[in-house]
Amino acid sequence: MPSTTARLRALAPLTALALTAGVGLTACGSDDAATDAAGDTSTSSTTSSSTEASSVTVTDPWVKAVDAGDMTAMFGTLTNDGDADAVLVSATTEAASMVQLHETVETDDGSMQMQEKDGGFDLAAGDGHELAPGGDHVMLMGVSDDLLPGDTVTVTLTFEDDSTLDVDAVVKEYTGADEEYSDGMDEDSDMSGTDMSEGSDS
Amino acid sequence: MSADHTPEHVPDGADEPRRARGFGRRQLLRTGAAALGGTGVGWVAASAATGATGPAASTTATGATTTDGSAAGSRPEVGMRTVAFHGAHQAGVATPPQAYLTLLGLDLHDVVDREALGRMMRLLSDDASRLSRGVAALADNEPELAERPASLSVTFGFGPRVVREHFSGTSMTLEELPAFSTDRLEDAWGQTDVAVQICCDDPLTLAHCRRMLLKDSRAFADVRWMQEGYRRAVGTEAEGTTVRNVMGQVDGTVNPAETDDDFSRLIWSEESGFEGGSVMIVRRIRARMESWDKVDRAGRENTVGRRLDTGAPLTGTKEHDTADFSATDELGFKVIDPASHIARATARTPEEKFLRRPYNYTVPDVSRPSGEDAGLVFIAYAADPVKQFVPVQQRLAELDRLNEWITTIGSAVYAVPPGAADGEAVAQHLLAT
Repeated sequence: MPSTTARLRALAPLTALALTAGVGLTACGSDDAATDAAGDTSTSSTTSSSTEASSVTVTDPWVKAVDAGDMTAMFGTLTNDGDADAVLVSATTEAASMVQLHETVETDDGSMQMQEKDGGFDLAAGDGHELAPGGDHVMLMGVSDDLLPGDTVTVTLTFEDDSTLDVDAVVKEYTGADEEYSDGMDEDSDMSGTDMSEGSDS
Repeated sequence: MSADHTPEHVPDGADEPRRARGFGRRQLLRTGAAALGGTGVGWVAASAATGATGPAASTTATGATTTDGSAAGSRPEVGMRTVAFHGAHQAGVATPPQAYLTLLGLDLHDVVDREALGRMMRLLSDDASRLSRGVAALADNEPELAERPASLSVTFGFGPRVVREHFSGTSMTLEELPAFSTDRLEDAWGQTDVAVQICCDDPLTLAHCRRMLLKDSRAFADVRWMQEGYRRAVGTEAEGTTVRNVMGQVDGTVNPAETDDDFSRLIWSEESGFEGGSVMIVRRIRARMESWDKVDRAGRENTVGRRLDTGAPLTGTKEHDTADFSATDELGFKVIDPASHIARATARTPEEKFLRRPYNYTVPDVSRPSGEDAGLVFIAYAADPVKQFVPVQQRLAELDRLNEWITTIGSAVYAVPPGAADGEAVAQHLLAT
């Protein structure tokens, strides 16, 4: 989706709300809060231009709509436009009590299972990294309020150098992402005490 | 059915801001009229979504696409055409009618308030914006089906209840259409809260867009009806040829063109907070083909007032000749029956004009002797339907020879907000909380 950055540039005068409203693609640096209207690029605007967060953009971020208490995930495409490698090591959001970086792996019996990604997601310089249903994703567990279609969820990504990037992800209904939860756990069950919440050690 | 419509393909969004046509790194080639057969078509021909550039396929004078033989005989020119979603006006109003239509009638769930409707419009506008460019929607499970936009357009309208209860910051008001004596309305085709007009030159692309919009609206609304329609497939006739309806008539010869001086006044609203919007009138008109079959050609021509072969008025020889409603034959009878469709439908004041954008429909119906139900999904746009459309329809309800063979079974009216700026949603400002 190469158009995202260009479109955001064209939207400079709009409020961040309008940005997320119409496009649902915004990703603002933590140093310019999500309410900052700047947005002439979708990358972070931390004072040092050399942070990992400042090199990474997130295109088309979205989150599956769920009820409060359920779990969901954020998807989108991470792109490292910088000259140095970056590593996404963790994420947080006010919308959920626990956030993990998950990968989907094939188990010995051939089924697909999610597990926490050791060491986070490597983002080599110049590369893109897709977060998608059935693949890598940012797992949101213990959702505090209903995530309603068309809403925006702000997820803060933290990189290996401690720089952060706020991503505004649009909420969409999506039935396909059920496969995320189908292996070894009931989608409707509470996530506490499950394989999922305990990551790869379980 | 109506029989007045100019053949010109009005330039699509010619007065839209230039910026609305910029799509980042995607290369867009705006082809001139000459490249498209000189019909004045304002299509924006996009290069392949991969960013490949190259000369647009040339077009013959008849509008048929030719290939240069160097691309394995297949230049997907029609498939890659795009209609800008963003701009001063919504797409799908002044846009030359595409080949296929689905009109969705949605009823909002009781709990959907202004804020929730705003959320729905963010999602649906984003879907429409992307798919119109040939880009997959967000969370699109079938992204390959988005790759051929084929002039896809999506137009959103809101019924009188929504305008009354949810719109703010506008002087725009909207009332239900009055009852017309000849109407035989069925609830199944009645007024809904929201209408989504999806038009496309390819039925698969259209179906994919429809599915995305339905998926993203179902948290907010139920579908009351879907009205599918068709015109000629692209390439069947020269672009700009006036379409025929299922009754065989050339239908739409006299119709405002965007190049007309009064087009803006007639079609685009000037209500504050609604400038550049319009009103969509939807009438589902069933044709009784079984009885129409019994009418000979002379009877058919006198019913409408136009020749069947050329579409010319009975007082003329060419389609676009002006009808002479005062001309008499040697016996002193009017050449064009004063009760004929065009005699009754023709505008009697400068206000009685509106933009018709109809589609034929034919759906299976084994309960009918013919095995099908056929007619017209009459869609028209006017800045003020009360002044422009209602007087004409009342005149037709009072007297129109065509009434013996047609019946309106559905009727609805929708406020069509102005177009959304790039990155914004349709009705965003009207639904601000």
